[in-house]
Amino acid sequence: MSVDGRFAANPKTNNLYRIWKRVIPYGYLSPTILLLAVLSFLPIGMVVYYSVMDNVIMNQNPVFVGAANYVKILTDGVFQTALGNTLYFTLMSVVVHLILGLTFAMLLNSKLVSPFTRSVFRVVYILPWVFTASIIAILWRLMLNPNGVINYLLEWSGLVSQKIEWLSSRQLALHAVTFINIWSGYPFYMVSLLAGLQGIPDEIYEAGTIDGANGPQLFRYVTLPQLRPIIISLAMLDFIWTMQQFTLIWMTTGGGPGRVTEMLSTFTYKLAFSTYEFSLASTSAMVILVLSMFVALFYVRRQRASDA
Amino acid sequence: MNKKLLSLLAAVVMLSAIVAGCAPVAGPAAPAEEAGEAAGETITLEFTQWWEPELPEGSFRALMDEFEAQNPGIKVELISGPYSTTREQVVAGAAAGTMSDVVGLDGAWVSDFVKQGSLASLTDLMSQAGYDDSQLAAQIQLNGATYMIPVVNFVYPVFVNLDLLAAAGVENPPATRSEFAAAAQQLTESGENVYGWVLPLSLEQPNGIQNDVMSWAWASGGSMMKDGLPDVTNDQVRSASEFIKGLWDAGVIAPGSFSMREQDKVEEFTNGRVGMMISSLAHINMLRERNPDLNFAITALPAEDGYDGKRGLPYASWGIGVSANSPHQAEAWKLVEYLMSAEVNSKLSSIANAFPGNVNSTPDFVQTDELFAAAFDVFQTGYLANEFVGLPVAENLMREFAEQFQLYLDGSQSLDDTLNAAQEAWMAHFE
Repeated sequence: MSVDGRFAANPKTNNLYRIWKRVIPYGYLSPTILLLAVLSFLPIGMVVYYSVMDNVIMNQNPVFVGAANYVKILTDGVFQTALGNTLYFTLMSVVVHLILGLTFAMLLNSKLVSPFTRSVFRVVYILPWVFTASIIAILWRLMLNPNGVINYLLEWSGLVSQKIEWLSSRQLALHAVTFINIWSGYPFYMVSLLAGLQGIPDEIYEAGTIDGANGPQLFRYVTLPQLRPIIISLAMLDFIWTMQQFTLIWMTTGGGPGRVTEMLSTFTYKLAFSTYEFSLASTSAMVILVLSMFVALFYVRRQRASDA
Repeated sequence: MNKKLLSLLAAVVMLSAIVAGCAPVAGPAAPAEEAGEAAGETITLEFTQWWEPELPEGSFRALMDEFEAQNPGIKVELISGPYSTTREQVVAGAAAGTMSDVVGLDGAWVSDFVKQGSLASLTDLMSQAGYDDSQLAAQIQLNGATYMIPVVNFVYPVFVNLDLLAAAGVENPPATRSEFAAAAQQLTESGENVYGWVLPLSLEQPNGIQNDVMSWAWASGGSMMKDGLPDVTNDQVRSASEFIKGLWDAGVIAPGSFSMREQDKVEEFTNGRVGMMISSLAHINMLRERNPDLNFAITALPAEDGYDGKRGLPYASWGIGVSANSPHQAEAWKLVEYLMSAEVNSKLSSIANAFPGNVNSTPDFVQTDELFAAAFDVFQTGYLANEFVGLPVAENLMREFAEQFQLYLDGSQSLDDTLNAAQEAWMAHFE
């Protein structure tokens, strides 16, 4: 007799069998659930817990303070400056990444370029993306140094008469770090959009041409709509990643001069490792999480819609 | 057997394996370890520090091997990394209660760790061991107890590029502020792309405030504290700030200060782009290696004109402490005692190019190296001054001052506003 049959013979064991049957899928899922719990839910839960206590880690007996930390962080002038800087840094990066990435992808996708030349340029263009954030920071610190190669070229070509302090100037530092981030991030767009461009059937362009569409019209009515799902996904992921950029900012300006390049990430780091205010740092991290979640939610909804 | 039952069994086994895999490795070993200790077997001390990578390869391990040979039953496991990583590691260890038995400390961290209760009182350990602390050059104390002992000290005198000084027509290294300002001016005017002085004010590493700004006040017997509380609005800090602003406005400070770090400062001096810098003695060998032709000397930090008292000399230490959670505090103290003994401390300070933490130690280089001998004179005629040691959130205090000082230098705010804002920001950490 089969096990199913034995269970079915008795109503009591029948109930047990039903429970058993419900439990089995969770048994299969348990390794994943466990990993998710340990690697995601537990740390997030701890940060949420920390954010509602007066000061964890440094305080042996932390006290529950409710939303007080959130009020303190959201009304903090430095946090607001950091939020504004982060939004400028992120939006500029995402928009210019897209424009540059699409431009280079279209150049590389052109039939006028031989496959060999295309491969060479593909390698050259993708180089910035290969470097880690620390290497990028060191590289650009050296190049943008008052005695660096950029100032040398500018002075040599007669464009400037004195050295420009790119990362030390309160007027230029935020634009300089945004530029570095743009430089390091556009290849990701380029590679993804190039793959998308290569997937657009030639027939659509041919049909458009027969209908009398010119180059810009083909771009507007064929290329962009075909790339739209990729562009939206890239932009949303890039928004989340750029908003959390820390290493590049920290290693180039440390959030200065003054507060002009202070980002949410550097603000949070300073709270945790400079002033040891781990609860406020957790609160700041929660705010970043919520902002990222909004974008992530939008991304997931779009993915679901496109899957349907 | 039914397939479903088999599958369930497999899932349970997998889950158990993962749970077992996630369990702390030390868990099952702990009873055996305890049994071993009871039977007089080996104890392993963890020692987290950033010193080993900064010393000649293998030299620090050799000292530990010597300690192990002298103390059968105690092994030392070195956990080494760069300074910044070590700091984060120690902070994380202190937070989680898993700090190593013995830790390398910077004076700027001590107050926060003591507040957190993660450092053991060395006063208690010294008295339990019957240790005579009169041989220690310094002890970092809070609330009447010692929590850190400086093992070796790196003083920060002024380095001068003799060739650049000669080319600028400056005969002797400056001894007063007005001589310094005049020399800086002459250096800047002497050649293209040469500046008199270099001032790192990066917010990532804000120790320029300690080494390059406040040091001017300390060198003239000044202080930034009063009765244990911040006092940055006093005349001495004001005078030092005005002096630096004068240099800034005269254009004799190398460009790029606001994002410049200590290593960039040394780089500028190494490449002969600045004539004078305040820097650690630890950089002497690096300067010689990177630019063997660099002709430089060392002198005391210039004091205010007319000041003839003892000059405060900024310094940084490799400090040592013991974890409050360590189950082997007595053994940990033995390691501290070993490193602070006259002979070993001489060896360590010799290989680190630093000044010893034991008053009876004399590093080799004082006899063999002219530059170090000159620095030792500076060291002996002055006194060690670093008021940031032992202050709460010391690094953040420097950063807060740097933020305000940057605004002052670029003309965005007055000196009064700068010092008042810094004072207010600092006081918030002392309430």
